[in-house]
Amino acid sequence: MTPNISIGLAQLVRGELNALPRDLDGWDRLIRVARAANLLGSIAAECDRAGCLESVPEKPRVHLLGALRLARRQAVAVRWEAERIGEALAPIEERVVLLKGAAYVADGLDFAAGRMFSDVDILVPFERVRVVEDALMRFGWATTHLSSYDQRYYRQWMHEIPPMQHLERGTTVDVHHRILPRTARFDPDPASMLEHARPSRQWPGIWVLSREDMLLHSATHLYHEGETDNAFRDLLDIERLLGCFAEDPAFGASLFARARDLQLLTPLTVVLTMAEAVIGTKVPPEVARELNAQPPSRSLQRMLNTGWQPSHTLCEKPGSAVCRWLVYARAHLLRMPPHLLILHLFRKAWMRFTDADDMPRTENSR
Amino acid sequence: MQTIESLAEPAVADALCRGTLELRTGPFTTRIRSEDTLIVAELRRLYAAHPVRLNPDFSDFHVEVRSVSGPRRWVRRQVTFLFDGREPFKPLPAVQSFALFEWGLNWCIASSAHRWLLMHAAVLARGDDAVVLPAPPGHGKSTLCAALAFNGWRLLSDELVVLDPETGEVWPLARPINVKNQSIEIVRKLVPTAVMTQPVPDTLKGTVAHVAPPIDAVSAMGERARIRWVVLPQWQQGAATTLEPMSPGEVFPALIENAFNYEVLGEDGFDALSLAARDARGFHFRYSDLREALGVFEDLARS
Repeated sequence: MTPNISIGLAQLVRGELNALPRDLDGWDRLIRVARAANLLGSIAAECDRAGCLESVPEKPRVHLLGALRLARRQAVAVRWEAERIGEALAPIEERVVLLKGAAYVADGLDFAAGRMFSDVDILVPFERVRVVEDALMRFGWATTHLSSYDQRYYRQWMHEIPPMQHLERGTTVDVHHRILPRTARFDPDPASMLEHARPSRQWPGIWVLSREDMLLHSATHLYHEGETDNAFRDLLDIERLLGCFAEDPAFGASLFARARDLQLLTPLTVVLTMAEAVIGTKVPPEVARELNAQPPSRSLQRMLNTGWQPSHTLCEKPGSAVCRWLVYARAHLLRMPPHLLILHLFRKAWMRFTDADDMPRTENSR
Repeated sequence: MQTIESLAEPAVADALCRGTLELRTGPFTTRIRSEDTLIVAELRRLYAAHPVRLNPDFSDFHVEVRSVSGPRRWVRRQVTFLFDGREPFKPLPAVQSFALFEWGLNWCIASSAHRWLLMHAAVLARGDDAVVLPAPPGHGKSTLCAALAFNGWRLLSDELVVLDPETGEVWPLARPINVKNQSIEIVRKLVPTAVMTQPVPDTLKGTVAHVAPPIDAVSAMGERARIRWVVLPQWQQGAATTLEPMSPGEVFPALIENAFNYEVLGEDGFDALSLAARDARGFHFRYSDLREALGVFEDLARS
């Protein structure tokens, strides 16, 4: 395996198609790693945009076509789903503010073509959660995670309510009222993010976060994510969000100003530094100055550099498994102080062991 | 062209152990890694005449069947299926390893081959005229499929129709037929020469066995066919053999209902299935006697 498979993957996702494999061995590796990193659709979309899909050898082209079909279908389905959520929230006069993948498509960001996603994530004001939940239930969504401990865990500590699934379509909406759990170390103000939300550029009636908040949310999400399966893809999202928005020369400065306001400077600096290291992102000079001002620790960089590679055997380095475990453990600690975390993990283990719905509760454990 | 039977057993076992054996089934190639002795043995029996490559350049799917680690490696051993490192299913008891491989391969195709329209149905052909048999479990689809496959019909697939939306042709897979419960004995009596795995009891689908595809089906795995008949079979104890034409309006929904990725293909899927429904004749088929059933299909082929 060439040591730079992940760099090659990043180049292709950016549309640098001179990095396409020159022989079938190379295609074999590319299709495998791209599928593992959830980037097959993005690469197919770039090939399609450049009009070179037809010149890809028959065998790998089948896989690119399949992924492209799936991604295009998902984009249509997500829009339809967002509009249904809009219908459900109209009677209570609440806006649909989309987060993550669906928001990139709604905003017409061209890199979102070919991107895979499944659920729809929305952000609503905390004091409106109950009303929103009721409104969604009237239109056919129902809560999942029925165990009483899970319900309490979500509602007491998390930044979202348990995912709601549509009873007929099986589709899921995640209703967020914050972007991080209440127990997390950082505490960005969701009300301010909602205040800065704007209408999406492509889907009438659907809202998205401001450009700065969109990028900050993406970075914050990755910084706190314990599952590393999509980390590489998320780094590329962030690079391309930066690429789309930094056409405005004032964007870099306003991004860092906003990061300070929302107490998200650390996640932003770490994630952008890692984008430079892992996928070779070229940041604008004003951003580079900010990054150099307070670089993340060497050990954190080393851990993320390995842990955020695509999770495929062809990208394994010595220590990959350890690094991924460390990323997982670190994410839990960032999201919850240790004493709560230990209690939570203990309860989950107990419930798995006994098949119980909840732990016996003592008076002071509410 | 190399086939599995052209290789000595140690060569097959060694290639499987190193993950360098690639098996061709119709349009798909699968690179397999496994140290499981049952997998080695059953692959050699059930895929004897299939083309293989050692050290291939590009393979569609990279799969592995291996023992789970931990206590289940030693006590009541379990095996797991990996699609290029991902585990789509929960581990199963080791005696089910070959069945797990077969189901895993179905999953690889169904989850990623959106270049084609995929339907859950058996499909066989006479020349290049194909008959599609969609049916929910318990309707005798696999039994009928096995009977036809050894009596004058060419097996394309026992549960996956791979339809090319561009040309309207069905691509053969020529893979083993999955038979369940009472069907195992029925097929064994009907086709005593068929190569079959040991029946495996207590799977999610009951007792299952896999029947090797007839050699003609394997050597013709490159020959595509067009859907000419859509037959909805229903086995019913003691039922008289009846073949009733469907109204033209019933064929299209019968096909859509059984398509895995109709939604993914969008307009292309609609076009492909409406063309197939226009060109095919549909029937409801009820039977209890396999001999009589074979006669009905013989008449159908001549019609």
